[in-house]
Formats: sequence, structure tokens, C-alpha cells
Amino acid sequence: MTDIEAPPDEAGVAAAIAAAAVAREPLSIIGNASKAPMLRPVQAARTLSTRELAGITLHSPAELVLAAGAGTPLAVIEQALAGQGQHLIAEPPDLRALLGTAAPPTLGGTVGTNLSGPRRIAQGAMRDHVLGLRAVNGEGIPIRSGGRVLKNVTGLDLCKLIAGSHGTLAVMTEITLKVLPAPERTGTLALSALDAATGVAALAAALGSPYAVSGAAYLPEQAAVALPALAGLVASPGVALARIEDFAPSVAYRTERLAAELARFGTAQRIEDRESRTLWQAIRDAVPLGARPEDAVWRVSVRPSGGPRVAAAAAALDGRWFFDWGGGLVWIAARADAAAHRAITEAAGAAGGVWMLLRAPDALRTALPVLPPVPPVLGRLTRRVKAAFDPAGILNPGRMYAGI
Amino acid sequence: MIALPEPKPEVLARRDAILAGIAPLVGPEAVIDEPHCLRAYESDGLASYRQAPLAVVLPETTEQVAAVLRFCRREGVRVVPRGAGTSLSGGALPLADAVVIGLMRMNRILTIDYVDRVATVQAGVTNLGITAAVAKKSFFYAPDPSSQLACMIGGNIAMNSGGAHCLKYGVTANNVLGLTIVTIEGEILALGGAHLDAAGYDWLGILTGSEGQLAIVTEVTVRILRASEGTRAMLAAFRSNEVAGACVAAIIGSGIIPVALEFMDRPAIHACEAFAHAGYPLDAEAMLIIEVEGNQAEQDDLLARLGEITRRFDPSSVRVAATPEESAAIWKGRKGAFGAVGRISPDYLCMDGVIPTSQLPRVLRRIGEMSSAYGLAVANIFHAGDGNLHPLILFDANDPQSMAKAEEFGAEILKLCVAVGGCLTGEHGVGVEKRDLMPVQFSPADLDQQRRVKSAFDPDWLLNPSKVFPLTVAPPVVRAA
Ligand SMILES: Cc1cc2nc3c(=O)[nH]c(=O)nc-3n(C[C@H](O)[C@H](O)[C@H](O)COP(=O)(O)OP(=O)(O)OC[C@H]3O[C@@H](n4cnc5c(N)ncnc54)[C@H](O)[C@@H]3O)c2cc1C
Repeated sequence: MTDIEAPPDEAGVAAAIAAAAVAREPLSIIGNASKAPMLRPVQAARTLSTRELAGITLHSPAELVLAAGAGTPLAVIEQALAGQGQHLIAEPPDLRALLGTAAPPTLGGTVGTNLSGPRRIAQGAMRDHVLGLRAVNGEGIPIRSGGRVLKNVTGLDLCKLIAGSHGTLAVMTEITLKVLPAPERTGTLALSALDAATGVAALAAALGSPYAVSGAAYLPEQAAVALPALAGLVASPGVALARIEDFAPSVAYRTERLAAELARFGTAQRIEDRESRTLWQAIRDAVPLGARPEDAVWRVSVRPSGGPRVAAAAAALDGRWFFDWGGGLVWIAARADAAAHRAITEAAGAAGGVWMLLRAPDALRTALPVLPPVPPVLGRLTRRVKAAFDPAGILNPGRMYAGI
Repeated sequence: MIALPEPKPEVLARRDAILAGIAPLVGPEAVIDEPHCLRAYESDGLASYRQAPLAVVLPETTEQVAAVLRFCRREGVRVVPRGAGTSLSGGALPLADAVVIGLMRMNRILTIDYVDRVATVQAGVTNLGITAAVAKKSFFYAPDPSSQLACMIGGNIAMNSGGAHCLKYGVTANNVLGLTIVTIEGEILALGGAHLDAAGYDWLGILTGSEGQLAIVTEVTVRILRASEGTRAMLAAFRSNEVAGACVAAIIGSGIIPVALEFMDRPAIHACEAFAHAGYPLDAEAMLIIEVEGNQAEQDDLLARLGEITRRFDPSSVRVAATPEESAAIWKGRKGAFGAVGRISPDYLCMDGVIPTSQLPRVLRRIGEMSSAYGLAVANIFHAGDGNLHPLILFDANDPQSMAKAEEFGAEILKLCVAVGGCLTGEHGVGVEKRDLMPVQFSPADLDQQRRVKSAFDPDWLLNPSKVFPLTVAPPVVRAA
């Protein structure tokens, strides 16, 4: 167990990093460490946590903005938003069950990993809604990028670089997000007895319709039977699910029209508001994957029509899988070994996509790349950008790539 | 006037040799160096600034761009990337010792995929060109700058451009999935692709809005979206800016995100009405144009909800379009706003600050006071949902004093935007125009971090120099790890 330092304010974070930079001592950067099992383990004697930087600092519903300390639990933010009829646009997942952690995920960890849920397909990723942030770079210098307004092109958008950099460029202390009104109603259409390729074709038709589909998943039977919201609706080989969220009359009208438009794929069953919400929360959190404790878990992002090819590679390993994002996000659980890793990542690469080894035993995630290796030129740029923020290389070294 | 850096004398002296070195890389007909031909490239949408470059090069392939950049890097020649030259911040303004690389010949649509809903196009395709190419299937490319007929997707990437509909559909950064870029070293990189969420650092995110500081974009993969079943607009006029501002807050607070929510103040209403005869209410102090989408019944439902909200704010008039033609009539004045103001005064500065929407009344009051103090008229157009304010300052370019006053007035407005919690630019970029105001918004440490990222991409600061960053400090060196 390493020492955890949790400064009470940004100045404390800056001082801790500055001291580590002088000593050239690597720091493991965490919020509540709910995602510590992700990517590569960080070799560091000391750990710096943002968990004390907690609390909402601004919520202006009519301006669609919310700002909070990086250590604020996501649930606290979601609750405050719900109180004003609003929500987080990117629908970030809660992966604790999958990752075997217990402490509540923080805002900083969620933005730092840029993990988004089903609504990503329609309304953008976590990083798309970061309006501004405060952070401390690897020299212990506090910096600010962006602001608290919805449009801002002033200078280089460091928010984008820092979001999704897994704590390797700077330690975020405060984050400002765009938020939106939560929909009055949600409804889902389920088309059963489809194979993966037909399911993805049905979802492409749904996403290409004028009805503003905001969730598009395909679950093979094995994945679908685990979900109570789908009881009685699933027939082999699997079920395609399309969600619509809006005011109640719009949801009623558009689900009906969409069902008619998808008639060539079968008769759509309707899943109403409450069950629909439970269903998509489960999809968000990768519950249908049913990963066994000994499995490794991959998250593959491809063009939606490339999903079935990747799924076939997973199936060939006796792995479990399902699609979100219309086929573009392939969740895979399979044997935790190098051969399985090679098969899955090669299939992802062949489909022109990218992947993340989300969960694996320490030995495996230390030995294997957890993200697609970067080609030499991009590798040079990656190192230079890392050095531009963290010249001593002390922030989460090796978390994304060995040696960076 | 904003200062431009001294040209490098050794580069000017080697002009002929430099042109002779570039010509074989792209073919002699792709190099423009006759003074009268260079005139077309002397400025961009910030027309009061003019400077002829050393030469203009018009490559047709990514490889040619790479060859030219490799050459310029080796020879220490500065480079200014250029799309259509519609930048309103002087982003594409040449320098006397720089080569302009114009992307307009790279104007092919490469692939369109309706199943995966992406299109890949070269950087010189116009914004509207993308939508035009997919419109037959009822698809569109969402960000819609008013300049969309002319401006190019490469320029849109560089500026992270927005439009009237970005409240609902996002700006350029939210709609880009892949880029092919050329670094100053002449290396070609394919970033992202047709999938969501590229792996590794967010290259797409940092490049979008980087104003030609980091690399030259040659190909772009964007999301294309299926259009909704229809749109309809309504107009609501109010007795004060305060009341109209409160109505905007009430609309957003009600859970409705209209596809467009545009605000015009009294001078803007009058200018647009005189020009377009759209039937705008001349007795009003402020006016909103609100647009909704969906089928007829959905539109009716939303417009009814919006009608109810606006009525709570004692509107002086409300007009709800019954047909697409009536919607077009409501939009007609707003869409012609720049032309309308141009008719009152041939010269105007279009500012582009952003404010928290709750600050609108206060900011408009202060702008009114400043307008009297400077003796320059101003009309305000505002993307009300997202706080992007476009004050148009009217001046006389033949009178140097008037222009200086207008620039000063503009700078004061932008400082005010920052002071109330906003920012210097929402969509037009920093360019030359707002370069020296950057310290108003950013601390030295903030700026230094941005400059270090610039150095990581462009160690010798050859790409689009003298833009975005104040000239005062020497560029930081990034120790390459
Ligand atoms: C009447 C009018 C209305 C406008 N309305 C809007 C609006 O509603 N919303 C909005 O956001 N903007 C608007 N603009 C501003 C302008 O149109 C945008 O900034 C646009 O994106 C610029 O595109 P361009 O092709 O003209 O680029 P240019 O003006 O040629 O260049 C703009 C910047 O991009 C760089 N650049 C260009 N191409 C590349 C490339 N391939 N690689 C790297 N860097 C490159 C240039 O160096 C420069 O810094 C308007 C302008 C006008 C004149």
C-alpha cells in the first residue's frame, strides 16, 4: 500500500506535485481509485488523490453549466442535476461492478478517462461537454483552460488534451461541464431474433432515421437474458434496441414511426419509460457483458458496420460480447491471455478501429499494450506533448503506454 | 493597428531561390508570385489588415503539402495556411516573408457512407459542399457558419467554427471523427477515423480550433446526420433587453433546447428590417427568433409551449410561422444581418465575445454606454442559447481615427465579456485581431502551457506565426523526452 496524499485545495495539489517534480518521484494520480484497475498499473511510491477537492462550485441551470471540484462524486453531481431536471449529457458509466472497486467514481476520474455511455452516439463524449478546467501540470504549476461559457475558441483547447489523458498530463482540480435538461420521457424499441449483422443494419436504419435515436445497442441472447427489462422480449440469436428520449408526445409519435420504418426487420416490441431507463443504465454499465471474474475486458471502438467482425473474433475465443453505439462500441469479455488479446486487437485493427484493454490481471496489463501502439511519428508527438506538460515524467508514468 | 513581426531579411533576400525550390514540388503553375496575383491573398475577412506574402502555393495532394512543409522547415520559411480566407480575426493574414499554402485545390469529396454516417473530404471542400453532397439522402453536416457557402472545412477545423444551430448540434469539434494532417516536419499523420473516440491523446480535440498553429489539415472525416422531419420558427418581441434575456432563461429552464435561439437588439432589428423588409417589429427593444424541429405535431406542441413561456414576459408581439415560407420570412432579416449593417455603414467590426447568458442585460447596457462614449453606433446580434454575442461596431475606414476608436471600443467589449465570466471569442478565433488581448483572459502560466503545446508541434514556430499568442515573450523550448 502506498501513501495517499489528499490535499484540501489546489494549492496543496500544486505543492505536492512541485515537490515530486523536484525529487523526480513518480506520482500515481487518483480520485477515489474506482478505475485503478483500468489500463496499465502505475509504478509509484506515492499516490496523490483529488478526493478532498469535492463539491459543486457552480450550477446555473438556465445557463446549462455546472462546475465542481475534481473529487466530487459523480453521484452527487447527478443528484444535483436531477433536482433541476437536468442530466450529464454523455451518460458516463459506473464501472465499479466491472472493475471490482467500491469507492464512488469522481468527476475527475470520469473526465480523465473520457468514458461515455450510450448517448455518446447521438450527443457526444464526456470530453465534448467539458467547457473549462483548472489543473496542475507536472511542474506543479496551476493552469486554466476554457471557461464557464458554452462557446469558446480562445487559444488552444487544452481541456480536450487533458480530458482523456488518464492523469498523465496534468491533475485536474476543477471541471466545468455543459449540462442539458433531462428528457421528460424515454422509450425503447426492441427487435428480436436478429443476428449481429442484421441487428447492426437495423440500428443503422434507426440512427439514419429522422427520429433522433439516442441509444442503439445489440445484445446477443446470452447477454440479453440477464436483463429483467427484456424478460419475454428476447429470442435467439439476439435483440436490437433503439432508444428515443424527448417530451412525451414526441417519444410516442417517433417510436411509432420508427417501428413502422423498421418493420422489415420484424415487429418491434415497445419498452416504456421506467423499464427503458433501467435497461439503458444496465447497458451503460456493461452489465449485459456478464464478465466472469477470470475474464479480461476490452472496449473496442470501430465504425458501426465493423462491429460484427470484431464480435466474431470474440466469439471464436468463446468470449462474451455485446454492442453499444449502433455496433461501434464492442464490449468483450474473454480469456485473460496474450493470444486472446492478439486476436481481439487484430480484429479491431482490421476493422479500422481502436481498443482499450479495460480490465486484466496486473501481469497481463503490465506486459501487453493496453491501447493501440502509436506509430513512430505520433509517438514522437506524444512524448513531446507529455514533456510540454510534465517534463519530469512524474504524472501517472506508464499508465497509457510503457515508458511514457 | 496591431503590430506584425518584422520579416526575416535573410528570407526576403532568398526569395527567388525559395520559389525555385518550391516550384518542382508542386508544379510551377501551382506557385503564385506575381504581385498583382498575390493581391487576392493579401487579406481575409478582417479586411482592414493587408499584407502580400512572399508567394502562394496551391498544392493538390497531401504529399505535395508535405513536400512544401519539409522544404519550408529546412529553409526556415514561415507558412500561413489558408482556406477560403473568410476568417474574421485575421487568421489567414499573410506575412511578407511567409509562403501561403492555400488548400482550395484540394476540393474533392472522397467517401460518403450513409450506413456508418460519415463523410471524408479534402480540406478545401466548402462547408456547404458537404451538406450539398449528402442532401439528396436528407443528411446534412451540422455546423453551419453563416459563411458556409464560401468557408472550407479545413478552415472550420482550424477555427472550430460554429453556427446558428450549434446549440443543439454542437460546433466543429463535436462533429469531427478523423483528420489527415501534415506536420511542419512534413510528416503525414492519419488521426481518428470513422469510429468514435480516438485512442491516445485527443489529437482531434487539440487540433480543432488550433488556428493553423500546429499542423496543416488536408483531409477530414465528419459525422453526417439525418435531417429532422422539418423546422419552424417563431418570433417574439419584447419591451426591454432585460425581459428578453429573462425569457431566454425561462425557455432553457423549461427543458426545451430549441435548434436555434437568436436575439437581436433594437439597432439590429432596425438595420435588418430596413434591408430585408421581413416585417420585424420596429417598436420593440429586443427580439428573439426561436426555431424548433420535428414533424408538424411535434412543432405545434413545442411552439405552443414556447408561446406560453413568452407570454409570461409581456411580449409586444409574437409571430408563429404556420408554413416553411413564413419561417423563411422570419429568418430573412437575421440571415441578411451582416449585409444590412454593411448598408448603413460600409465598414464595421464584427465582434465575437461570449458571456454567461444571465449577464446579457448588464452587458448590453454597458455596450450602450460605451457606444455613446466612443460616438460609434453598435448593433447586437446574439446566439442567445449559448451566450455568443456579436456586436457590430460601425465605423468609417477612411478615417484612421474612427478605425482606431472602433478597435478600442471592440477591445473594451471583449474585456467586459471576460470580466463578467465569459471569453474573448466564441467562434471567430483569436487570429491577429485578439492576439494582444489574450493576457486579459489567461494568466502567464495558462498561456505558457499553450505555447509549450505549440512548441511540441512546431518547435521553430514557423506555422502561422504572429497569430493567437502575444508577440512579447520568446517561444518556450520543450525538452524532447
Ligand atoms: C460573412 C461572414 C460570416 C461568418 N459567420 C461565421 C459563423 O457564423 N460562425 C463561425 O464560426 N465563423 C463565421 N465566420 C468566420 C469564418 O468564416 C470561419 O472562421 C471559417 O471557418 C473560416 O474558414 P476559411 O476556409 O475561410 O478559412 P481561412 O479564413 O482561410 O483561414 C482561417 C484560419 O484557418 C487556418 N487554416 C485554414 N485552412 C487550414 C488548413 N487546411 N489547415 C490548417 N489551418 C488552416 C488559417 O491559417 C487561418 O488561421 C464568418 C465569416 C464571414 C466573412
